[in-house]
Amino acid sequence: MSDKSAASAAFKQVMKQYGGIFLSLIVLCVIFSVTNGRFMSVANFLNILQQVSVIAIAAFGMTWVILLGEIDLSIGSIIAVAGMVGAQCFAFGMSFVPALILTIAAGALLGLANGVLTAKFLLPSFIVTVATMGIYRGMVSLPTNGAPAMIMEPSWTAIGTQSFIGIPIVIWVVAVLFLFNHILLSKTKFGRRAYLTGGNREAALYSGIKVDRLKIIIFMISGVMAAISGVLLSSRLFSAQTNAGMSYELDAIAAAVLGGTSLAGGVGTMIGTLIGALIIGVLNNGMNMLSVPYFYQLIVKGLVILIAVYLDVRSKRAKQ
Amino acid sequence: METSGDKVILEIKDMSKEFGAVKALKNMQLTVKPGRVHTILGENGAGKSTLMKILAGVYQPTTGSIVLDGQPYAPTNPQDAAKAGLTIVFQELSLCNNMTVAENILATREPSRAGFINDKVLVRKAAELVKELGLPVSVSDQVGDLSIAQRQLVEIAKGLSIEAKVVILDEPTSSLSDSEAEILFQIIGRLKAKGVAIIYISHRMEEIMRLSDDITVVRDGSYITTRDKTEVTIAELIALMVGRDMNEIYPPRDVAAPALTEKPVLAVNGLSRVEEFENVSFDVRPGEILGFFGLIGSGRSEVMNTLFGMAKASAGTVAIDGVPVKITSPVEAIERRIGFVTENRKEEGLVLSHSVESNISMVALNGFSSAFGFLKRRREREAANAEVARLAIKTASLDTIAGSLSGGNQQKIVLAKWLLTKPKILILDEPTRGVDVGAKFEIYKIIRQLAAEGTAILLVSSELPEVIGMSDRVVVMSEGKVTAIADPDQMTPEKIMHFATGYAS
Repeated sequence: MSDKSAASAAFKQVMKQYGGIFLSLIVLCVIFSVTNGRFMSVANFLNILQQVSVIAIAAFGMTWVILLGEIDLSIGSIIAVAGMVGAQCFAFGMSFVPALILTIAAGALLGLANGVLTAKFLLPSFIVTVATMGIYRGMVSLPTNGAPAMIMEPSWTAIGTQSFIGIPIVIWVVAVLFLFNHILLSKTKFGRRAYLTGGNREAALYSGIKVDRLKIIIFMISGVMAAISGVLLSSRLFSAQTNAGMSYELDAIAAAVLGGTSLAGGVGTMIGTLIGALIIGVLNNGMNMLSVPYFYQLIVKGLVILIAVYLDVRSKRAKQ
Repeated sequence: METSGDKVILEIKDMSKEFGAVKALKNMQLTVKPGRVHTILGENGAGKSTLMKILAGVYQPTTGSIVLDGQPYAPTNPQDAAKAGLTIVFQELSLCNNMTVAENILATREPSRAGFINDKVLVRKAAELVKELGLPVSVSDQVGDLSIAQRQLVEIAKGLSIEAKVVILDEPTSSLSDSEAEILFQIIGRLKAKGVAIIYISHRMEEIMRLSDDITVVRDGSYITTRDKTEVTIAELIALMVGRDMNEIYPPRDVAAPALTEKPVLAVNGLSRVEEFENVSFDVRPGEILGFFGLIGSGRSEVMNTLFGMAKASAGTVAIDGVPVKITSPVEAIERRIGFVTENRKEEGLVLSHSVESNISMVALNGFSSAFGFLKRRREREAANAEVARLAIKTASLDTIAGSLSGGNQQKIVLAKWLLTKPKILILDEPTRGVDVGAKFEIYKIIRQLAAEGTAILLVSSELPEVIGMSDRVVVMSEGKVTAIADPDQMTPEKIMHFATGYAS
C-alpha cells in the first residue's frame, strides 16, 4: 500500500469513528473565522491549545473512568489540592523535582481513596466522588485557612509561561500525556482490560481480570491527571487558589462524552476526548473574541454539547 | 358452581412461537376446565414458560388463538391479562422488598380517592385476604424482612387479590417447606371450590399426582397428550416427558472413555454451600465427560460457580491432580487451568459490544503481550483466526461485533476464548442453550474432540438427551444434593428423571 492510500485509509477510519464531532469542530472554526478575522491564526490556535490544556489533561483521566462505566466528580477539587501541595512544598523550601513528585503523588493518593471506596467498599462512584469532591475542596484551605498561596519558584511558573522550540511548554505536556494515555489505552493489555471490563464487568470477572484492582488503578490515573492539570493551572496563576478548578469536572466529562466516550462504559478513545476538549476550547475562545457575555457562553456551550452528543448518538444508532 | 365436565374456560389452539430461528412452541394446544387443577408437565425448556408468558401477555404468539371464557383473548401486556380475569404467579419474585405486605398485595390497585391512597382501606382489604388465605404473615410486615417462603406466599396472595377465572401457578412450591406448601394446597382447594381454573406447573411428581385433575405433557415445544389424573401413573408420565428419538444427534466417541481406575484430575469431596448445596462429591478423569443433570433449583450451577472461585464453599475439599487446592477467585481457577463456559453467555461470557477478536483473546491476553504489557496484535490476530477456523465460527471478520452473531456462533466464541487457555478441566454450563440444531452438533463434536485430547469435561445440562448422549457418567442432583452418579448402564432417561425428581421408583 502506498503512503498516500494508507493515509487516506487512516483518514477514512478517523472520519468513520469521529466524523460527527470532527465536523462539529470544523463547523465551529468556520463560523468563528467568518465572524472574526483574527480567529484563524497560528497564534490564536496556540492560545486555544494553551487554554484548553488543563481541561484536556483532566479529560484524559476522566475518559478512563467513564470507560469503566464509573464517574469521577472530584477532579476539580484534586486540581486545587495539587496546586496547594506544590505551594506548600516550596514554602517548606523544597526544590522543583521533589515538589513535583509529591504533588503528583498527592493526586495518586486521592484517586486511590476514590478507587478503594468504589471497588472495595462497593459504593457507587457517583456518591463517593460527590463526597470526596467536598472533602478534597475543604482540604485545600487547611494550610492557609482559605487564603491563596503564592508560588514564586521559577521552574514551576515556567511550565505555564515559557516555550520550548517556539511552542508553549503547556502544549508539550498535553501532547506527551495524550500520547501516553492513547498508547496505554489502545496498545497495551491494561487498556484492553479496561475496555473489556467497561463493556461487561461480569464477563471480565469470569475471564480472570482483576476487576477491583483495575478500577483502583484507573481512579489513580484520574487523580494523577487532575494533579498535573493542577500543576499547569497553578503555574499559570503563580499561585494556588482555593477555588481553582471549580466545576472543571463537568468540562472534562463534556469533553470525554463529546469525544464519543459512552457513559455506559466500554466505548471511548483518547483521540475523541482530545477533539472534544478542542471543541470546548474553540467555543470558549471564539465567544470571548466576540465578547459574548459569560452567561450567554454558558447557554451556548450547553446547547452545543447537547447537539453534538445527539448527532453522535443518532449516527451510531443509524449504523446498527 | 359450575364444574360440569363439558364447560371450557380457556382454550388454546394451534399455537406456535418463534424467537428468530428458534421454535419455542409448535402446535401447542390446551383445554382448561373451570374448577379443576390442570398441570403442565415437561422438562426444562419444553416450552412451559413460553406458554405461560403468552397467556400472561408478556409474549405474543407467532400463530394460533386463545379463547378465554367464550371471548377471543390476545393480551399484549400483563394488565390485559388481569382485566380478562387471568392471573399468574411467577416463580421469580416480583415484590418490592422496601414496602409492606399490604402495599405489595394491592400494588397498582390501591384504594384511593383523587390520587391519595386510603391507607386504612388498603390495610383492611389486604388483611381480609391474608386471613382468608391463612398466610403466616402480618400485613404491616416489611416484605424484605420475610423469609423467601413467606414472600412466595405473599406473591400468591397478590395474584389472588384479583378476582380471577384462571390462576396460573408457576412452580409455587419450589421454595416452600412442607407445612407452607400445605397452606398453598388448601388455598388451591378453596379456589377450586369457587370454580376457578388452576394451571399448575411443577416438577414434583407426588405433588402433581395429589393436586391435579388433568395433566398435559409437553416436550420440545410441542403438545404431547392430556390425561385425566386417574388414568396415568408417575412412571407413564415420566416416559411421556422424556420419550424421544435419541439416536441421531450425538457424535459417537472415537476414543474409549478413561477407566474408573485412572487417577482423577479433579476430586471434589463433601463440598457444601449453605442454602445452595450440600455434601457434593464426585471426581473426573482426564478425557472423561462427566454430565450433571438436575431440574431448576437443583444446585448444579452453584456447584460450578463455587469450583471456579466465584463463591465460597462452607465445607468440603477440592483436589486437582491429587493435591488439595483452595480456589477463591476466577484468577486462581484459571491459573490452575480450569475453564468455565457459563450458563448465561450474554451476561457472563461475552462483551457483546466488542469485536470477535477481543472476545476470543480475553482470557489468554497474557500470552499476547510483551514484558511491558504491549499487545502483540499480530499474534493475537493469528490465534483468533486459528480458533475461528478450528471452531468454524461464522463471522464476517474478526472485527465484527460479537453481539451481532447468532447464538450458536456466540457460544463458539465463548468456547474459543477458553480453548486458547488450554484448560485441563473445562466446565460447560448449558453449552447449547439457545443454539440451533446445526451449531449444537458442531459444539458436541468440539466437546468430543477436547475429551479425546485429554481435557476433563464437566457438562451441566438441563436437557436430558444431551446429558445422556454426551456423558460417560452422569451426576444427578436434586434440591442441592447428589442423588445418584449414574453409570452407563443406569443412564436411561426414566432412571435419571426419577433421581432428579427425588422420586425413587
